[in-house]
Amino acid sequence: MEAVPARARVYIACVVTAALLCLLPQPGTHTTWWAVVLLAGLYAGCERVARSRFVGISHPAGTFYPVLLAGAFLLPAPAAALVAVPGALLSQVGQRPVALRRVWRAAQLVLGVWAAARTHRLLGGPEAVAAGDVPYALGPAGAAVLAFCLVLALLDGGILAVAERVPVRRAWRGLVARSLAPIAVHGLAGLMMAVLWRSPYGPVAALLVLLPMCVSWWAFAQYHREHAAHQATIRALVQAVDIKDGYTRGHSERVGQASMMIARELGMADERVEVLRFAGILHDVGKLGVPTRLLRKDGPLTPEERRVIELHPEYGHEMVRGIGFLGEARAAVLHHHERLDGSGYPYGLVGRQIPESARVVAVADAFDAMTSTRSYSRARPVAVALAELERCAGSQFDPVMVAALVDAVGRTGWHPAVTADDDETRPPRVPPPGAHLSGRPGAHR
Amino acid sequence: MSAYRPPPLLTLVHACAGLFAAGSLAVTLYDGLEERRVALAFGVLVTVGELTRRNGARVREPAPLGAAAALSYALLGEAGGRATHHGPAQVVAVVLAASLLGSVPHVARGQGPTLDHVARRVLTVGFVAVCFQPPYNRGMFDDWGGPAYALLLLALLSLTALCDAVLAAALAHTRTGWPFGPVLRDELRAVCGIGSAVIATGAVMALAVAVVGLWALPVFSVPLLLAQMSFRRYAAVRATYRQTIASLARATEVAGYTPAGHARRVAAVSKAVGRDLGLTEPELAVLEYAALMHDIGQLSLVDPVPAGATAALPAAEQRRIALLGGAVVRQTGVDEAVAVMVERQADPYAEQPLAARIVRAVNAYEEKSREGGPGGPLKALEELRLATAGTYAPEVVESLARVLARSSLTLPVAG
Repeated sequence: MEAVPARARVYIACVVTAALLCLLPQPGTHTTWWAVVLLAGLYAGCERVARSRFVGISHPAGTFYPVLLAGAFLLPAPAAALVAVPGALLSQVGQRPVALRRVWRAAQLVLGVWAAARTHRLLGGPEAVAAGDVPYALGPAGAAVLAFCLVLALLDGGILAVAERVPVRRAWRGLVARSLAPIAVHGLAGLMMAVLWRSPYGPVAALLVLLPMCVSWWAFAQYHREHAAHQATIRALVQAVDIKDGYTRGHSERVGQASMMIARELGMADERVEVLRFAGILHDVGKLGVPTRLLRKDGPLTPEERRVIELHPEYGHEMVRGIGFLGEARAAVLHHHERLDGSGYPYGLVGRQIPESARVVAVADAFDAMTSTRSYSRARPVAVALAELERCAGSQFDPVMVAALVDAVGRTGWHPAVTADDDETRPPRVPPPGAHLSGRPGAHR
Repeated sequence: MSAYRPPPLLTLVHACAGLFAAGSLAVTLYDGLEERRVALAFGVLVTVGELTRRNGARVREPAPLGAAAALSYALLGEAGGRATHHGPAQVVAVVLAASLLGSVPHVARGQGPTLDHVARRVLTVGFVAVCFQPPYNRGMFDDWGGPAYALLLLALLSLTALCDAVLAAALAHTRTGWPFGPVLRDELRAVCGIGSAVIATGAVMALAVAVVGLWALPVFSVPLLLAQMSFRRYAAVRATYRQTIASLARATEVAGYTPAGHARRVAAVSKAVGRDLGLTEPELAVLEYAALMHDIGQLSLVDPVPAGATAALPAAEQRRIALLGGAVVRQTGVDEAVAVMVERQADPYAEQPLAARIVRAVNAYEEKSREGGPGGPLKALEELRLATAGTYAPEVVESLARVLARSSLTLPVAG
């Protein structure tokens, strides 16, 4: 949203006007102002803490709604909507334009909370809350949460459609489904706050409900931070191999992508597809253990040097065998140079003895080896590479995997995510005399 | 193992808990159960909490839902507007029975709760119940206002959590011999995390059951279950991350730059030394990662150092390898602090942060004792002590000596 289009400004102005209308006090309702002030302060504080460095950068689950929903269950609609305003206007916004985003956020929340409070009131929620009639109070509260969720999704989809020209249907798809579950849990916490607030124990007891929510929120943010760090580490590990090897960059990532395509085509479950992606990414990790001199050697390898390089699957397996979540990917790292006819290494397994994951990665590896430019050979067109794979299916590769790759590429094409292809910047190297070896797919080192 | 005798404190705690539990059971059997429906509902909740417990050595509060439900039963004064009449004996009996019932599947899998956990559960719940139920049943809190009553529950639970942290730290101290202060600090830190969620939920459940009846139990356990799930996922991804770092550290071993198991051993001993010197949990994590990856800079060398023995290299060369290692670690996206520790492992100790001092001394000890043959460990320690003038920090070497004397962390003698 660098330059905000005029249409978006108009849209936001309309929403803000509607929000202001919602804030107008209704005649004849009694508002307890100290409750509004307390809740508004609480919400602003939670919002501040949630975005502070204590928790993490930005929280993936969005805002902290229990206080807002508790307000919707306790107060008349305009007062409940007012609770959201200070917190939203003071919230930290990462991107520019800051002021506009804050106003938008406030208006959106005002409308959402107002709708929730109206729904709750229409269904007789406040009486149930005051009586502490819990199984009955769940009904109006559920309807209010649904209304809140729908309004937020509607407005969010609208701004996407207007400001970023996302097609309306795509903008709205999944918005409600994604946010409903977390908001429902926040709604439950809000309901508990409201019930305890109205009980003889008062607001003190209501505040206690927030503590477990905050703790779980914190743990969730930590989880995401650690998860991202873990991904970065694996990526770095792989980059280290790519650089050491002197192959074209991104080979590992592309093999991961091709393995994933094959796994999807074979109709594997999502978790297995993910594991196979890791198998492809990490298949050559054992090359970290092979002396750099050998990997980069220009010229023919002596049989002894070849034997040393052929140790890399075993080195790799030695490295990754302790990583539990990799599962069958570990077998793929060990066996990705086996061939169906038993002439591969390290163990010379035959046919079905080779683990399925290894058969997938072997095909993906050979495919990328042929379609990317190497120091000793130009890239071949995708069609030629696929034909070559089909020729070797049965003797070297599993025909099932080859057919899956052919189908997948035929349908979606081959668009490797290029991470770093600064190949041109490197000095061109003389093709080694042993380049004829690379004529055999998968015979790259 | 006939020579092993548990420390007296451990026996005392277990005996107290056992006596208390047996007494409560006897009294409850003799008197019969008051308010069976309430007892059953809380019993079921504790059982469910135990069934969803997390297993693992590094978990501080394995069953937060069970703990919260047990505490709130101990603090329950009325249910749905009607006063309850159960005494402390019934609370302990119900909680104990439900906990044991809930841990049956875990015991069957060989991962049951430790005796320490059960003993702590009995003692904490018993403490809360004894403090609260008799005065309540005698009507001492009748003229307290609602908010004051809520604060009373909160204060009582906080006091209990503090006592529990002291007890847990004392148990850990006697079991492992780690210094008491840092262990207590880590326990108190855990009270601020999931512990505070347990306390708040315990208090809130007792109040909510008083207002709306037993319906409150399933509804109010949702936030805590959510917190538990988040913590579980957090713990899982941390474990995965540790495994990845450990594997990365093995790259130098696979490549033949360092002997097999070197990084792992240095990490284990470094952690023990760090604990002995009173580092906190987060500092220990940084120390462990740094120790695991301290040799990673050697991957950038074209030719391996003989036997990976960096301690014998000239200082300038050691520092160069350390800087290379820091560069590699920085690329991996691990915490910045780890990279700094790896970078500074070869600096003179006066300029080093504590973790880097530990890694340096332990690494040298590991290398020297491996070379030294049968008498290696002692000779290595002696050499380290002699070199403390400028190379190795004296307090770290002394701590290392303590750690080695205390445990069986001596290195396997080669050949």
